[in-house]
Amino acid sequence: MSMSHTELWWLIIGLSAASYGLKIAGFVFVGGRTMPPVLERCLALIPASLLAALVVKDTFTTAQDVVVDARAVGLLVALIAVWRKAPFIVVVLAAMAATAIVRAIS
Amino acid sequence: MTESQGDARKQVVNASLTLGAAVGVTALSFGLAAVSAGASVWQACTLSFFTFTGASQFSAMSVVGAGGSPAAAFGGAALLAVRNFVYGLVLAGRVAHDDEGRRFSLGRRLVAAHFVIDETTAMTTAQSSPRLARTAFWVTALSLFITWNLGTLVGALAGSVLDTRALGFDAAFPAAFLAMLPAHLRTSRGRAAAVTGAVVCLALTPFVPVGVAILVAVVGILFGVRP
Repeated sequence: MSMSHTELWWLIIGLSAASYGLKIAGFVFVGGRTMPPVLERCLALIPASLLAALVVKDTFTTAQDVVVDARAVGLLVALIAVWRKAPFIVVVLAAMAATAIVRAIS
Repeated sequence: MTESQGDARKQVVNASLTLGAAVGVTALSFGLAAVSAGASVWQACTLSFFTFTGASQFSAMSVVGAGGSPAAAFGGAALLAVRNFVYGLVLAGRVAHDDEGRRFSLGRRLVAAHFVIDETTAMTTAQSSPRLARTAFWVTALSLFITWNLGTLVGALAGSVLDTRALGFDAAFPAAFLAMLPAHLRTSRGRAAAVTGAVVCLALTPFVPVGVAILVAVVGILFGVRP
Protein backbone atom coordinates (compact mmCIF):
# COMPACT_ATOMS: atom_id res chain seq x y z
CA MET A 1 0.00 0.00 0.00
CA SER A 2 1.49 3.34 -1.00
CA MET A 3 -0.82 5.75 0.84
CA SER A 4 0.20 6.56 4.42
CA HIS A 5 -2.17 6.51 7.38
CA THR A 6 -2.08 10.32 7.48
CA GLU A 7 -2.75 10.70 3.76
CA LEU A 8 -5.71 8.37 4.16
CA TRP A 9 -7.10 10.59 6.92
CA TRP A 10 -6.78 13.63 4.64
CA LEU A 11 -8.59 11.73 1.89
CA ILE A 12 -11.41 10.88 4.31
CA ILE A 13 -11.71 14.50 5.49
CA GLY A 14 -11.60 15.84 1.92
CA LEU A 15 -14.14 13.36 0.64
CA SER A 16 -16.51 13.97 3.55
CA ALA A 17 -16.31 17.73 2.91
CA ALA A 18 -16.88 17.30 -0.84
CA SER A 19 -19.77 14.90 -0.31
CA TYR A 20 -21.56 17.17 2.17
CA GLY A 21 -20.73 20.23 0.07
CA LEU A 22 -22.43 18.69 -2.98
CA LYS A 23 -25.43 17.64 -0.90
CA ILE A 24 -26.04 21.10 0.61
CA ALA A 25 -25.29 22.84 -2.69
CA GLY A 26 -28.16 20.96 -4.33
CA PHE A 27 -30.58 20.66 -1.42
CA VAL A 28 -30.09 23.91 0.51
CA PHE A 29 -28.50 26.49 -1.81
CA VAL A 30 -29.68 25.86 -5.37
CA GLY A 31 -32.84 23.88 -4.42
CA GLY A 32 -35.92 23.22 -6.61
CA ARG A 33 -34.41 24.80 -9.79
CA THR A 34 -33.79 22.71 -12.91
CA MET A 35 -30.55 22.38 -14.84
CA PRO A 36 -29.96 22.65 -18.60
CA PRO A 37 -31.18 19.31 -20.10
CA VAL A 38 -27.80 18.54 -21.69
CA LEU A 39 -26.05 18.85 -18.32
CA GLU A 40 -28.73 16.75 -16.66
CA ARG A 41 -28.32 13.98 -19.29
CA CYS A 42 -24.53 13.95 -18.94
CA LEU A 43 -24.49 13.97 -15.13
CA ALA A 44 -26.97 11.08 -15.10
CA LEU A 45 -24.40 8.96 -16.98
CA ILE A 46 -21.58 9.38 -14.43
CA PRO A 47 -22.46 6.24 -12.42
CA ALA A 48 -22.71 4.04 -15.56
CA SER A 49 -19.26 5.16 -16.79
CA LEU A 50 -17.47 5.08 -13.47
CA LEU A 51 -18.99 1.90 -12.03
CA ALA A 52 -18.16 -0.03 -15.23
CA ALA A 53 -14.61 1.36 -15.16
CA LEU A 54 -14.26 0.38 -11.48
CA VAL A 55 -15.44 -3.19 -12.20
CA VAL A 56 -12.76 -3.54 -14.88
CA LYS A 57 -10.04 -1.89 -12.76
CA ASP A 58 -10.71 -4.04 -9.70
CA THR A 59 -10.85 -7.27 -11.68
CA PHE A 60 -8.26 -6.96 -14.43
CA THR A 61 -5.58 -4.60 -13.12
CA THR A 62 -2.88 -4.70 -10.43
CA ALA A 63 -1.29 -1.25 -10.10
CA GLN A 64 -0.45 -0.40 -13.75
CA ASP A 65 -0.48 -3.97 -15.07
CA VAL A 66 -3.39 -5.55 -16.91
CA VAL A 67 -3.77 -9.07 -15.50
CA VAL A 68 -6.18 -11.99 -15.47
CA ASP A 69 -6.12 -13.84 -12.13
CA ALA A 70 -8.42 -15.42 -9.53
CA ARG A 71 -10.54 -12.24 -9.41
CA ALA A 72 -11.75 -12.90 -12.97
CA VAL A 73 -13.42 -16.08 -11.74
CA GLY A 74 -14.95 -14.07 -8.90
CA LEU A 75 -16.33 -11.56 -11.40
CA LEU A 76 -17.78 -14.32 -13.57
CA VAL A 77 -19.61 -15.74 -10.56
CA ALA A 78 -20.80 -12.23 -9.59
CA LEU A 79 -22.05 -11.72 -13.14
CA ILE A 80 -24.15 -14.88 -12.93
CA ALA A 81 -25.47 -13.81 -9.51
CA VAL A 82 -26.44 -10.35 -10.80
CA TRP A 83 -28.06 -11.88 -13.88
CA ARG A 84 -30.11 -14.17 -11.59
CA LYS A 85 -31.08 -11.04 -9.60
CA ALA A 86 -29.44 -12.30 -6.40
CA PRO A 87 -29.36 -9.90 -3.41
CA PHE A 88 -26.31 -7.61 -3.09
CA ILE A 89 -24.67 -9.58 -0.29
CA VAL A 90 -25.03 -12.87 -2.23
CA VAL A 91 -23.28 -11.29 -5.25
CA VAL A 92 -20.40 -10.07 -3.07
CA LEU A 93 -20.01 -13.25 -1.00
CA ALA A 94 -20.19 -15.50 -4.08
CA ALA A 95 -17.44 -13.48 -5.79
CA MET A 96 -15.26 -13.56 -2.65
CA ALA A 97 -15.75 -17.29 -2.19
CA ALA A 98 -14.96 -18.10 -5.85
CA THR A 99 -11.81 -15.95 -5.72
CA ALA A 100 -10.70 -17.52 -2.43
CA ILE A 101 -11.22 -21.05 -3.76
CA VAL A 102 -9.22 -20.38 -6.93
CA ARG A 103 -6.38 -18.91 -4.82
CA ALA A 104 -6.44 -21.89 -2.47
CA ILE A 105 -6.14 -24.47 -5.24
CA SER A 106 -3.67 -22.64 -7.50
CA MET B 1 -55.57 11.02 9.94
CA THR B 2 -57.93 8.61 8.19
CA GLU B 3 -57.40 4.86 8.32
CA SER B 4 -56.19 4.60 4.72
CA GLN B 5 -53.65 7.39 5.32
CA GLY B 6 -52.50 5.48 8.39
CA ASP B 7 -52.12 2.32 6.30
CA ALA B 8 -50.18 4.14 3.62
CA ARG B 9 -47.92 5.59 6.29
CA LYS B 10 -47.34 2.16 7.83
CA GLN B 11 -46.43 0.76 4.39
CA VAL B 12 -43.92 3.54 3.81
CA VAL B 13 -42.35 2.98 7.23
CA ASN B 14 -42.11 -0.78 6.64
CA ALA B 15 -40.54 -0.35 3.20
CA SER B 16 -38.04 2.17 4.58
CA LEU B 17 -37.01 -0.13 7.44
CA THR B 18 -36.62 -3.10 5.08
CA LEU B 19 -34.40 -1.00 2.83
CA GLY B 20 -32.37 -0.03 5.90
CA ALA B 21 -31.74 -3.68 6.74
CA ALA B 22 -30.59 -4.42 3.17
CA VAL B 23 -28.25 -1.42 3.23
CA GLY B 24 -26.80 -2.62 6.54
CA VAL B 25 -25.67 -5.80 4.78
CA THR B 26 -24.03 -3.72 2.02
CA ALA B 27 -22.27 -1.78 4.78
CA LEU B 28 -20.86 -5.04 6.16
CA SER B 29 -19.17 -5.66 2.83
CA PHE B 30 -17.96 -2.06 2.75
CA GLY B 31 -16.34 -2.45 6.18
CA LEU B 32 -14.62 -5.67 5.09
CA ALA B 33 -13.47 -4.18 1.79
CA ALA B 34 -12.20 -0.92 3.36
CA VAL B 35 -10.05 -2.78 5.89
CA SER B 36 -8.71 -5.10 3.19
CA ALA B 37 -7.73 -1.98 1.18
CA GLY B 38 -5.63 -0.75 4.11
CA ALA B 39 -7.97 1.51 6.13
CA SER B 40 -8.20 1.18 9.92
CA VAL B 41 -11.51 0.38 11.62
CA TRP B 42 -11.73 4.03 12.73
CA GLN B 43 -11.09 5.29 9.22
CA ALA B 44 -13.76 3.03 7.71
CA CYS B 45 -16.28 4.17 10.34
CA THR B 46 -15.41 7.87 9.98
CA LEU B 47 -15.86 7.63 6.23
CA SER B 48 -19.28 6.01 6.58
CA PHE B 49 -20.44 8.54 9.19
CA PHE B 50 -19.36 11.74 7.45
CA THR B 51 -19.29 10.86 3.74
CA PHE B 52 -22.40 8.66 3.88
CA THR B 53 -22.70 7.81 0.19
CA GLY B 54 -21.89 4.20 -0.66
CA ALA B 55 -20.59 4.18 -4.23
CA SER B 56 -18.12 7.01 -3.51
CA GLN B 57 -16.84 5.27 -0.39
CA PHE B 58 -16.29 1.98 -2.25
CA SER B 59 -14.61 3.88 -5.10
CA ALA B 60 -12.17 5.75 -2.81
CA MET B 61 -11.18 2.59 -0.96
CA SER B 62 -10.75 0.70 -4.22
CA VAL B 63 -8.15 3.23 -5.44
CA VAL B 64 -6.47 3.19 -2.00
CA GLY B 65 -6.22 -0.61 -2.14
CA ALA B 66 -4.69 -0.46 -5.62
CA GLY B 67 -1.96 1.93 -4.39
CA GLY B 68 -3.28 5.09 -6.04
CA SER B 69 -2.64 8.65 -4.86
CA PRO B 70 -5.05 10.48 -2.50
CA ALA B 71 -5.91 12.88 -5.35
CA ALA B 72 -6.88 10.06 -7.72
CA ALA B 73 -8.92 8.35 -4.99
CA PHE B 74 -10.64 11.66 -4.20
CA GLY B 75 -11.39 12.52 -7.85
CA GLY B 76 -13.32 9.38 -8.77
CA ALA B 77 -15.22 9.34 -5.50
CA ALA B 78 -16.16 13.02 -5.75
CA LEU B 79 -17.42 12.55 -9.33
CA LEU B 80 -19.67 9.74 -8.13
CA ALA B 81 -20.96 12.05 -5.38
CA VAL B 82 -22.11 14.65 -7.95
CA ARG B 83 -25.38 12.77 -8.32
CA ASN B 84 -26.24 13.74 -4.72
CA PHE B 85 -26.20 17.37 -5.90
CA VAL B 86 -28.78 16.46 -8.56
CA TYR B 87 -30.86 14.55 -5.98
CA GLY B 88 -30.73 17.63 -3.76
CA LEU B 89 -32.37 19.72 -6.48
CA VAL B 90 -35.17 17.15 -6.77
CA LEU B 91 -35.70 16.64 -3.04
CA ALA B 92 -35.62 20.37 -2.18
CA GLY B 93 -39.07 20.66 -3.79
CA ARG B 94 -40.47 17.79 -1.69
CA VAL B 95 -38.98 17.72 1.79
CA ALA B 96 -37.55 21.20 2.42
CA HIS B 97 -40.92 22.80 3.31
CA ASP B 98 -44.22 21.94 5.06
CA ASP B 99 -47.70 21.53 3.53
CA GLU B 100 -48.25 25.31 3.52
CA GLY B 101 -45.03 25.87 1.58
CA ARG B 102 -43.15 27.34 4.57
CA ARG B 103 -39.50 26.37 4.40
CA PHE B 104 -38.12 24.43 7.36
CA SER B 105 -35.38 26.11 9.41
CA LEU B 106 -31.89 26.32 7.92
CA GLY B 107 -30.59 24.03 10.67
CA ARG B 108 -33.12 21.36 9.84
CA ARG B 109 -32.35 21.61 6.10
CA LEU B 110 -28.61 21.40 6.78
CA VAL B 111 -29.17 18.18 8.74
CA ALA B 112 -31.54 16.77 6.09
CA ALA B 113 -28.94 17.44 3.37
CA HIS B 114 -26.58 14.84 4.84
CA PHE B 115 -29.17 12.17 4.00
CA VAL B 116 -29.67 13.15 0.35
CA ILE B 117 -28.54 9.90 -1.35
CA ASP B 118 -29.77 7.23 -3.82
CA GLU B 119 -32.10 5.39 -1.45
CA THR B 120 -33.78 8.39 0.21
CA THR B 121 -34.36 9.94 -3.22
CA ALA B 122 -35.93 6.75 -4.60
CA MET B 123 -38.20 6.32 -1.55
CA THR B 124 -39.21 10.01 -1.36
CA THR B 125 -40.01 10.47 -5.05
CA ALA B 126 -42.14 7.29 -5.05
CA GLN B 127 -44.72 8.83 -2.65
CA SER B 128 -48.05 10.29 -3.73
CA SER B 129 -48.39 13.06 -1.12
CA PRO B 130 -45.93 15.58 0.38
CA ARG B 131 -46.66 14.28 3.88
CA LEU B 132 -45.84 10.68 2.90
CA ALA B 133 -42.78 11.91 1.01
CA ARG B 134 -41.44 13.57 4.18
CA THR B 135 -42.15 10.44 6.22
CA ALA B 136 -40.39 8.28 3.60
CA PHE B 137 -37.41 10.64 3.56
CA TRP B 138 -36.86 10.77 7.31
CA VAL B 139 -37.58 7.11 8.11
CA THR B 140 -35.32 5.95 5.25
CA ALA B 141 -32.64 8.47 6.24
CA LEU B 142 -32.48 7.45 9.90
CA SER B 143 -32.85 3.72 9.30
CA LEU B 144 -30.08 3.79 6.66
CA PHE B 145 -27.80 6.00 8.71
CA ILE B 146 -27.99 3.59 11.65
CA THR B 147 -27.57 0.37 9.65
CA TRP B 148 -24.89 1.83 7.34
CA ASN B 149 -22.69 2.86 10.28
CA LEU B 150 -23.32 -0.26 12.37
CA GLY B 151 -22.71 -2.50 9.34
CA THR B 152 -19.45 -0.70 8.54
CA LEU B 153 -18.24 -1.13 12.15
CA VAL B 154 -19.06 -4.85 12.26
CA GLY B 155 -17.59 -5.47 8.79
CA ALA B 156 -14.40 -3.54 9.57
CA LEU B 157 -13.93 -5.33 12.91
CA ALA B 158 -14.39 -8.70 11.19
CA GLY B 159 -12.03 -7.69 8.39
CA SER B 160 -9.32 -6.62 10.82
CA VAL B 161 -9.06 -10.10 12.39
CA LEU B 162 -9.29 -12.18 9.19
CA ASP B 163 -6.78 -12.96 6.42
CA THR B 164 -8.45 -10.68 3.88
CA ARG B 165 -6.46 -11.75 0.81
CA ALA B 166 -6.84 -15.50 1.32
CA LEU B 167 -10.58 -15.02 1.83
CA GLY B 168 -10.90 -13.04 -1.39
CA PHE B 169 -12.07 -9.76 0.21
CA ASP B 170 -10.48 -7.75 -2.62
CA ALA B 171 -13.00 -9.43 -4.94
CA ALA B 172 -15.76 -7.71 -2.93
CA PHE B 173 -14.99 -4.44 -4.78
CA PRO B 174 -15.71 -5.44 -8.40
CA ALA B 175 -18.68 -7.55 -7.26
CA ALA B 176 -20.13 -4.56 -5.36
CA PHE B 177 -19.69 -2.22 -8.35
CA LEU B 178 -21.20 -4.83 -10.66
CA ALA B 179 -24.23 -5.18 -8.38
CA MET B 180 -24.75 -1.39 -8.43
CA LEU B 181 -24.51 -1.20 -12.22
CA PRO B 182 -27.78 -2.68 -13.66
CA ALA B 183 -29.90 0.29 -12.52
CA HIS B 184 -27.78 2.51 -14.80
CA LEU B 185 -27.95 0.24 -17.87
CA ARG B 186 -31.66 0.56 -18.62
CA THR B 187 -31.10 3.07 -21.45
CA SER B 188 -28.93 2.67 -24.56
CA ARG B 189 -27.05 5.82 -23.48
CA GLY B 190 -26.31 4.20 -20.12
CA ARG B 191 -25.00 1.05 -21.79
CA ALA B 192 -22.84 3.05 -24.21
CA ALA B 193 -21.42 5.10 -21.32
CA ALA B 194 -20.66 1.92 -19.34
CA VAL B 195 -18.88 0.16 -22.23
CA THR B 196 -16.88 3.32 -22.95
CA GLY B 197 -15.91 3.70 -19.30
CA ALA B 198 -14.72 0.08 -19.07
CA VAL B 199 -12.75 0.17 -22.35
CA VAL B 200 -11.10 3.54 -21.63
CA CYS B 201 -10.12 2.42 -18.13
CA LEU B 202 -8.51 -0.82 -19.32
CA ALA B 203 -6.76 0.82 -22.29
CA LEU B 204 -5.23 3.62 -20.19
CA THR B 205 -4.20 1.61 -17.13
CA PRO B 206 -0.60 0.82 -18.28
CA PHE B 207 0.08 4.45 -19.22
CA VAL B 208 -1.28 6.61 -16.38
CA PRO B 209 -0.86 6.68 -12.56
CA VAL B 210 -3.09 4.31 -10.55
CA GLY B 211 -6.64 5.64 -10.22
CA VAL B 212 -6.34 8.19 -13.04
CA ALA B 213 -7.81 5.81 -15.66
CA ILE B 214 -11.01 5.86 -13.58
CA LEU B 215 -11.17 9.65 -13.87
CA VAL B 216 -10.65 9.65 -17.65
CA ALA B 217 -13.30 6.91 -18.01
CA VAL B 218 -15.86 9.58 -17.18
CA VAL B 219 -15.70 10.67 -20.87
CA GLY B 220 -18.50 8.09 -21.26
CA ILE B 221 -20.92 10.79 -20.06
CA LEU B 222 -20.51 12.56 -23.42
CA PHE B 223 -23.14 10.16 -24.78
CA GLY B 224 -25.55 12.49 -22.98
CA VAL B 225 -24.69 15.47 -25.20
CA ARG B 226 -26.90 14.40 -28.11
CA PRO B 227 -30.60 15.03 -27.29
